[in-house]
Amino acid sequence: MGLLNKLDDPYEGGGIVLGKVEDLLNWGRSKSDWYLHFGLACCAIEFMAMNASHFDFMRFGTIPRTSPRQADFIMVTGTVTFKMADRIKVLYEQMAEPKYVISVGSCSNCGGPYWEHGYHVLKGVDRIIPVDVYIPGCPPRPEAFEEGMMLLQSKISKQAIFNKRKKLEAEL
Amino acid sequence: MLANEIFDRLKTEFGDAILAFDDTQPTDPFIMVQTDKVFDVCYSLRDNDEFQFDYLMCLTGMDLGENVGVVYHLYSMKFKHKVVLKVVAPKADPKVPSVEMLWKTADWHEREAYDLMGVQFEGHRNLIRILCPYDWEGHPLRKDYETPEFYHGMKVSY
Repeated sequence: MGLLNKLDDPYEGGGIVLGKVEDLLNWGRSKSDWYLHFGLACCAIEFMAMNASHFDFMRFGTIPRTSPRQADFIMVTGTVTFKMADRIKVLYEQMAEPKYVISVGSCSNCGGPYWEHGYHVLKGVDRIIPVDVYIPGCPPRPEAFEEGMMLLQSKISKQAIFNKRKKLEAEL
Repeated sequence: MLANEIFDRLKTEFGDAILAFDDTQPTDPFIMVQTDKVFDVCYSLRDNDEFQFDYLMCLTGMDLGENVGVVYHLYSMKFKHKVVLKVVAPKADPKVPSVEMLWKTADWHEREAYDLMGVQFEGHRNLIRILCPYDWEGHPLRKDYETPEFYHGMKVSY
């Protein structure tokens, strides 16, 4: 992270760090992501291993929340059936901005083994809500969860908070 | 009691309502029962002192092309014997008497058979869908089921 690297070279004797407020805010945001866990199938079982002490998901600063109002991102882990798709949409809309989505496993990425004959399965949760990070696997290993989480953190830490429009136009 | 002995007892009690007995299949031997008599037969199997089938292991719906079928796997905890009953009903009018009053297991199993296979269980007190959403159209496990194109504005096919 850019902000912490500046600590290596502080102003002599002053203990002062020069940096952008945006970096500070993004650093805080990316390192304290509270999530709404939407466990639907076996990926949620794998996610239990991720949460347990061997892999310790909370070292990323994530805290599981049971309410979408308190969550920064939603973790869709498993097979999204049409019956559940309506509920996911409602929960996503209840989350406060800025909000992110991690789609875990083949089922919620693209329908998985139900892609052809699954009359009841939504072929990818990205058909109803915008997904930021896809974690492939059936189910993914905990290491894949870790990489997905780091990808989300790096995405958040690069986001513009001030002068968004100006920065977007400059990129285009 | 063996399945063929149960068949003989039922035959003397119900006569023509017991259609056939088959133990040539590799599966459990089964008894075909006339559809509108299945509640009476099950009532007798549950409450007769010789049978005492107090446990409905499984109730299954089948698609047989022209007909739909229902299979009952019964077990007696006391005598450790079991029996399989089968009934068929035409697909155009798939009415089968409900055994939900006899075994509580049948409540959800019949709702499932109704939901996925479209068997209309007469006498069931709460015959609503159990797996699919309540506003789902059609019965998905039927062979002639056609997957809808959209559900609530979401595309169904890949």
